Amino acid sequence: MKALIALEDGTIFEGESFTGRGEAIGEMVFNTSMSGYQEILTDPSYTGQIVTMTYPLIGNYGVNSEDMESASVHPRAFLVKEYNAVPSNYRSQKSLARFLDDFKVLGVEGFDTRALVRHIRTVGALKAIVSTEDLDRESLVGRAKAWAGFIGLDLVQDVSCEQPYGWADNCPVTGTGFSTVQAGIDNPLRVVALDCGVKYNQLRIMTEKGCQVQVVPARTDAATILAMQPDGVFLSNGPGDPAGVQGVVETVRGLLGKTVIFGICLGHQILGLAYGGSTYKLKFGHRGGNQPVKDLVTGHVEITSQNHGFTVDPDSLDKDVVETTHINLNDGSLEGMRHRLYPAFSVQYHPEHAPGPHDSLYLFDRFIEMMRSEKS
Amino acid sequence: MPKRTDIHKILIIGSGPIIISQACEFDYSGAQAVKALKEEGYEVVLINSNPATIMTDPELADRTYIEPITPEIVAKVIEKERPDALLPTLGGQTALNTAIKLAESGVLDKYKVEMLAAKIEVIRKAEGREEFRAAMQAIGLKVPESEIVHTLEDAMAAGDSIGFPVIVRPSFTLGGTGGGVAYNRQELEALSVCGLDLSMTTEIMVERSLLGWKEFELEVMRDCKDNVVIICSIENMDAMGVHTGDSITVAPAQTLTDREYQEMRDAAIAIIREIGVETGGSNVQFAVNPEDGELMVIEMNPRVSRSSALASKATGFPIAKIAAKLAVGFTLDEIKNDITRETYASFEPTIDYCVVKIPRFTFEKFPEAEDVLTTAMKSVGETMAIGRTFKEAFQKAMRSLETGRAGFGGDGKEQLEHLELFELESGLRIPSSKRLSFLHEALRRGLSIENIYEMTRIDPWFLRNLEQIVAMEQEIRRVGASGLSGLGYDFLKKCKQNGFSDTQLAYLTGSSRDEVRSLRKQIGIVPVYKLVDTCAAEFESYTPYYYSTYEQENEAVRSERKKVMILGGGPNRIGQGIEFDYCCVHAAFALKEIGVESIMVNSNPETVSTDYDTSDKLYFEPLTLEDVLNIIDLERPDGVIVQFGGQTPLNLAVALAEAGVPIIGTPPDSIDRAEDRKRFQQFLQKLQLRQPKNDTVFTLEEALAVAEQIGYPVVVRPSYVLGGRDMRIVYSERGIREFMAKPGMAENKHPVLIDKFLEDAIEVDVDAICDGQKTIIGGIMEHIEEAGIHSGDSSCVLPPDTLSAGLIEEIKQATRAMAEELGVIGLMNVQYAVKDEELYILEVNPRASRTVPFVSKATGVPLAKLATKVMMGMTLAELGLTTEVVIKHWAVKEAVFPFDRFKNVDTLLGPEMKSTGEVMGIDANLGLAVAKAQLAAGVTLPVSGTVFISVRDGDKKGIVEAAKNLVAMSYTLLATKGTADYLRQHGVVCDHVNKIAEGRPHILDKLRDHQVAWVVNTSLGRRTTEDSYLIRRAALELRIPYTTTVSGAVSVVMAMQALRENALGVKPIQHFT
Repeated sequence: MKALIALEDGTIFEGESFTGRGEAIGEMVFNTSMSGYQEILTDPSYTGQIVTMTYPLIGNYGVNSEDMESASVHPRAFLVKEYNAVPSNYRSQKSLARFLDDFKVLGVEGFDTRALVRHIRTVGALKAIVSTEDLDRESLVGRAKAWAGFIGLDLVQDVSCEQPYGWADNCPVTGTGFSTVQAGIDNPLRVVALDCGVKYNQLRIMTEKGCQVQVVPARTDAATILAMQPDGVFLSNGPGDPAGVQGVVETVRGLLGKTVIFGICLGHQILGLAYGGSTYKLKFGHRGGNQPVKDLVTGHVEITSQNHGFTVDPDSLDKDVVETTHINLNDGSLEGMRHRLYPAFSVQYHPEHAPGPHDSLYLFDRFIEMMRSEKS
Repeated sequence: MPKRTDIHKILIIGSGPIIISQACEFDYSGAQAVKALKEEGYEVVLINSNPATIMTDPELADRTYIEPITPEIVAKVIEKERPDALLPTLGGQTALNTAIKLAESGVLDKYKVEMLAAKIEVIRKAEGREEFRAAMQAIGLKVPESEIVHTLEDAMAAGDSIGFPVIVRPSFTLGGTGGGVAYNRQELEALSVCGLDLSMTTEIMVERSLLGWKEFELEVMRDCKDNVVIICSIENMDAMGVHTGDSITVAPAQTLTDREYQEMRDAAIAIIREIGVETGGSNVQFAVNPEDGELMVIEMNPRVSRSSALASKATGFPIAKIAAKLAVGFTLDEIKNDITRETYASFEPTIDYCVVKIPRFTFEKFPEAEDVLTTAMKSVGETMAIGRTFKEAFQKAMRSLETGRAGFGGDGKEQLEHLELFELESGLRIPSSKRLSFLHEALRRGLSIENIYEMTRIDPWFLRNLEQIVAMEQEIRRVGASGLSGLGYDFLKKCKQNGFSDTQLAYLTGSSRDEVRSLRKQIGIVPVYKLVDTCAAEFESYTPYYYSTYEQENEAVRSERKKVMILGGGPNRIGQGIEFDYCCVHAAFALKEIGVESIMVNSNPETVSTDYDTSDKLYFEPLTLEDVLNIIDLERPDGVIVQFGGQTPLNLAVALAEAGVPIIGTPPDSIDRAEDRKRFQQFLQKLQLRQPKNDTVFTLEEALAVAEQIGYPVVVRPSYVLGGRDMRIVYSERGIREFMAKPGMAENKHPVLIDKFLEDAIEVDVDAICDGQKTIIGGIMEHIEEAGIHSGDSSCVLPPDTLSAGLIEEIKQATRAMAEELGVIGLMNVQYAVKDEELYILEVNPRASRTVPFVSKATGVPLAKLATKVMMGMTLAELGLTTEVVIKHWAVKEAVFPFDRFKNVDTLLGPEMKSTGEVMGIDANLGLAVAKAQLAAGVTLPVSGTVFISVRDGDKKGIVEAAKNLVAMSYTLLATKGTADYLRQHGVVCDHVNKIAEGRPHILDKLRDHQVAWVVNTSLGRRTTEDSYLIRRAALELRIPYTTTVSGAVSVVMAMQALRENALGVKPIQHFT
């Protein structure tokens, strides 16, 4: 079925839907990972976005229940060069098309995705619409233009959990106050994960490393969190403009210095705001699994998984209070920081990978060490 | 960390001659490394015996030793040069093994030479089977159950305990040499004997077979700060059991989820750390159980490899260049990515296309060899194609193979309809060079994917994609039944996006290739060109490296500069190899020197020509008329060079000229005049030059009559052939009947050429350069083997050592006369035969020949560069080439053969070319030059011991002098009855040994007892007697030096004499004048 992809600047591509009828409006972004489409689709940070994969052959290994990063699919549409309908992998449980259809997300193939990527690289992220319903080019461009976009909006409330939950046996288990217990862990460190759009692998890894994780909604205030007497607070990734997120910055300010804090992606940006800094939108963001980041302390380079459109402006931070710990080797942007006085640190990228390289897992160990040393 | 300043001079070891499993890729990596180190200000010393390489160009390294790569000779280079460091990881297994021996013998310690990139312990740990297995277990990785053994008894016991089938892998051999799959004890015994013998450490591993598991490779790089990146993942379409060099491979991996891929990535990183490769690239191979994802480590190469060359071309990331920089202390985050200029080498390339590599086999050259693929590599070359989908890339690769195929089926070349099902199934089950044809037939017949998977173990993902190609082929037939116009714009575009060539579309719709092309252009279906940029378009890139696809946006921008396109040679095969790539690369260099934009088109990932640094623009594309014309439509070059890339571009010359493409240099009509028999005859008559009597025939009757009239022996061959394919020397009527009975010969399709065979003539090769006015002889090479042996297989001497001055003058005059009459602009090669002081013209080729790099290295005259400039309109006088160079040394070329790779193949030489590569021996003393060439070709000539001589009657006279010399040098002679009698009659003392039929102990016993140091065995024609075949084969397998011609034997005796009197010295090519 024919589908049109229209960008707000009038650029149009013609493709074919591989999931049937549908329409979606969102911010057009691209991801350069060659594998991991299922993890990308289930990453809540893609909320409101239309994701184009640069790798042209997608669907090859199907979809399985183990590689979910949340309970649902978050991009509004998924664009690929060639959809491979019959998966081949021993873990595959269903085809990508069926998976997308289950979540009513439009999948489109059969157009020059590289041309689209080059266009975004040149002009920056754009508002876009993908449709099998409205094939009037002018109408589509007009609607893309007219869409308000996400700047200043709070998308976190759309993806954050309604009810607190814990993590055990590789599953979310509804419950509060650290009631969920993973068998086999003695003397766990108690971590409250503030869910701004948390990825399951963050919870899996912390649990594997001996933490008892309590996930709470993003609206949870500092006092409530502190009342749970956690050893540390984890600030997850999440979608949209950090400046638009309501209340979380205040929550984090309330936690600073009172517990160990580790932030990832949006969590890192929120820490930046809490430190008094500011964020800005990158031209087209970093989305992929090959971004080189240098640890300024060790000089070591790690290949990282990334997915962000906004970044913390390093010049907005007080150097006496905040230390830059990691930078991006491609564009020099800020990738990691730590508070000089309080036990708080964060990275812009995704040490929990899924998808992407495992180079940065040490950061979870660092979080655990910090919690242990604060505890003793 | 900045580069090291405590080292100044670095020695690089090359990989020597092109052989199966070590081809141009090590010239590519070595040349990159030399350039990279020079760029950083280091003094670079290079040793490589292969004159056809770019790395041995005298201007590249500071001093270049074209000398045999043996530990002894390299030690001499070290003694003379006193380098601070040795970089052993860029010259394949040859360099690595040589470095180990230099370390073990104490040479490196003695001269305080540091081994860069990988210390000796590291190499041992990676290459020694036992050490490697222990290391893997230490980091918790699984390896297939195996036992490492050093004796046959232990090998058999291991086979019994592991259970058959088992894989035999010898330690420290390359390309899986000596390895294989043993399904039973008998096969295990045979493989073990061979493998133990071939292993440098008499060690083999008997391993549980993982036949049918999926095979993957990762290319890993590490710097001295322990930063590690993965450059590329590769998935083998052929499952475990087929050597990766013989497998169809695809980049990136297609059927791994991210979780599985990252597990593999973690493993690869852990491995490079555990093994301890300090800096540079490594290749790690994995097997994955398709049922449950179980991961096993197969092996690791602590050096750049064929796969890393492929990965470099597949991603645009120059692994060898970066490896060289890492070796001298740089870290990945200090080295800029050339392609993006903004980013650094410390990242992992991501690609937005699919890459398919298909190996090129030449079983047709060795009809006695079994066409079955196993763990020992047999392919001689490979081609790579890039497309936006697997289907597109796969079909492009199929038509890049130069096997006459236009894609995956759909070209009328599949003729398997008649097969019984069981035959088809057997073709699917047993991996062979023809399996793709069987796959096509199976899909055409509608066998289920599950069924085909069960038989081939090719992952269903690949099978599905191939099935889609076949389905589309059938759809084209259906829609196009009424003709081409039935396809329509949308469907035709879809066909092109799925890689269908115009030739396939023409065949399937009953139209012509030209019609498809003009329709396409008319309705606007033309390819666009996309960049290979390492980053999937995330960053702007500057390196113009392109591939075609059928999409929307074209990224290749035509410049306003004057531009010339060079057509490369495609995949390596016997008869068409690195020599032609050398010429193409020199053409690009020459164009750069005169400020003309160079545009390279080639499909061979191993080569220097497909390095994005070599030309101004690189199109990685098939060399078919369609693909080349498409690029020409876009680039509109001022000229196209077809005469450097060998037969591949030459085959396009006429069609390109007809399409109005400006072919520069010698006009295509002159090429035709030299190739067309009738016109060539008239041409020679006009110049009053002589050729052996000859005629062209179509039928058996004509052939018999002509042979009778010319007089036996005669040479028979089909017209227009490459590398002497199907050429025979025929001594009798029976031979003619046999030849004409071969399929396709007497069917009036292609004429058969019959020439008088000049027995015992001396063959001479001449390379010349002509600017249309003046002709300069580049070199005259006298073949050591007599006429009748393919020039590519003959060893030769430059300058000629037995020709009279008068004859040399006659050769020069004839060459000049022919060049001028043909109007050659550029290079020309002539093959002469001299018999009874009379000169015969065998062949004239107005184009670059296989010997151009050899002549250039021997004389210091860069013929290909000069020829390029001549083709651009400069005169030889302007270029300063006005006189012929006279050299005061001897250069000897020796050919290198793949006989040890193919069981049951005879080692006799003949008119059909069989060699894969060449080496050069260069010395002031002719005997030493011959000895060096032999040594470089892997033959250590004995300076004492027993020589076995058994020659056919016609050769007996010729061998007497050599035999006398041997006796005088106190060698013991051993001869079979006829030869012994003859030698004794002529006063030569020799012992008699039984032929095989004469009872034991016979000659084979003596050979197997290692009582013979050198075998001289000549035989009439092809496998005349089983005896002499068995002798030659035994010599080959026991690695006893052997010679199969009298003239060859005479030159070897001269070399042995020289070796007894002198020590081998080394001298850089820059010091020969």
